[in-house]
Amino acid sequence: MANAGVGQLIGAIAWREIRRGLTGAAWLPVAFFLLVATIVPFAVGPDARLLARIGGGTLWIAALTAALLPIERLIEPDRADGVLDQLALTGMAEEAVGAAKIIGHWLTFGPLLLIAAVPASFLVGLDGAALGRSLISLAVGTPALAALAVGVAALTAGLPRAGSLAGLLLMPIAVPLVIFGAAATGDGESSALKLEAAVALMTVAGAPFVTGAAIRASRT
Amino acid sequence: MTLLRAEGLALVRGQRLLFEGLDLSLQQGEALHIVGPNGSGKSSLIRLVAGLLKPAAGRIERADAALADEGLALDRELPLLRALAFWNGPRLADALNIFDLDRLADVPVRLLSTGQAKRARLARVMASGTPLWLFDEPLNGLDKDGAGQLAAVIAAHRDKGGAVLAASHLPMAGEWRTLELGN
Repeated sequence: MANAGVGQLIGAIAWREIRRGLTGAAWLPVAFFLLVATIVPFAVGPDARLLARIGGGTLWIAALTAALLPIERLIEPDRADGVLDQLALTGMAEEAVGAAKIIGHWLTFGPLLLIAAVPASFLVGLDGAALGRSLISLAVGTPALAALAVGVAALTAGLPRAGSLAGLLLMPIAVPLVIFGAAATGDGESSALKLEAAVALMTVAGAPFVTGAAIRASRT
Repeated sequence: MTLLRAEGLALVRGQRLLFEGLDLSLQQGEALHIVGPNGSGKSSLIRLVAGLLKPAAGRIERADAALADEGLALDRELPLLRALAFWNGPRLADALNIFDLDRLADVPVRLLSTGQAKRARLARVMASGTPLWLFDEPLNGLDKDGAGQLAAVIAAHRDKGGAVLAASHLPMAGEWRTLELGN
């Protein structure tokens, strides 16, 4: 196991995330996302103009809350079962494990959410051009949401009530992403999309290091 | 060739000093049995050597190692063979054969008994092809056949120039040096 290339192991971990996600747990965030998008018109009323104005923000709130759901299954089961320890014994850096987890998690989270975003956009009254902007904004933002979820999952792994704690931790960190992401759904002229991309890039680049340090710190 | 050298190890757990000034060394073909009462730091010493804990003092140099401890680290929903194959051990087929896991290759991991799961952990260590093996209570849950298979595998590993470090409250078969903790 020590001679297996790190790249091969990263692929194996990412594939494992996808396999485990698609056989069940990955569909929950999607269902939750659609549910939130469905409930908002009930809460604010059927005024199409109002809905279209808040539609982009609604999709982002739905995506953010959906990103919280998988957190408890991302790191903690592998920590408790010794998978992370065995990976360390192969000589793989914890940061590489974190990167592989983020890739695998995004692949089950991002594409499904983007597909679900199409019907969700209609539910909140976003028309053609706004639908396109929403999809681009979510496409740029979901890797960052996946990276945040993995990072926060590692930070809270092994703690009691980790699920609730993870929510409290993730939401404030996601504020810049939500601000620029939601702004990018509304206005094609502004530079919100570029700023969103910058925040997302920073998050995705930093998350493996946070995840790695958190995995090491959680060992007892 | 030295596969493990540790000098002046100290370990603090929960503000309690478990041991200090501990020296370890394992040459090719050697095996060291760590004994001591519960809570004396046997498992922690294994995790130190594995690199999973940081010593409060001292340093450790070691060759590539494989570890079998209480963590199963196999996907419960997969058949045993596929779950073990995740770990890329070059000698997986031999290991399955020796530990009598061949006929369980298609059985999902979640259906394995305690002893079978223990054999799977040991098989992963053997399959790894690494020179240094680390065991934490390797005999727990093993039946007589399993213990015999483990002894044979360890003897063959030592003959080929490997080394073994085991923490166990049960006697290990074969010739072992002993290190007593907790005095």
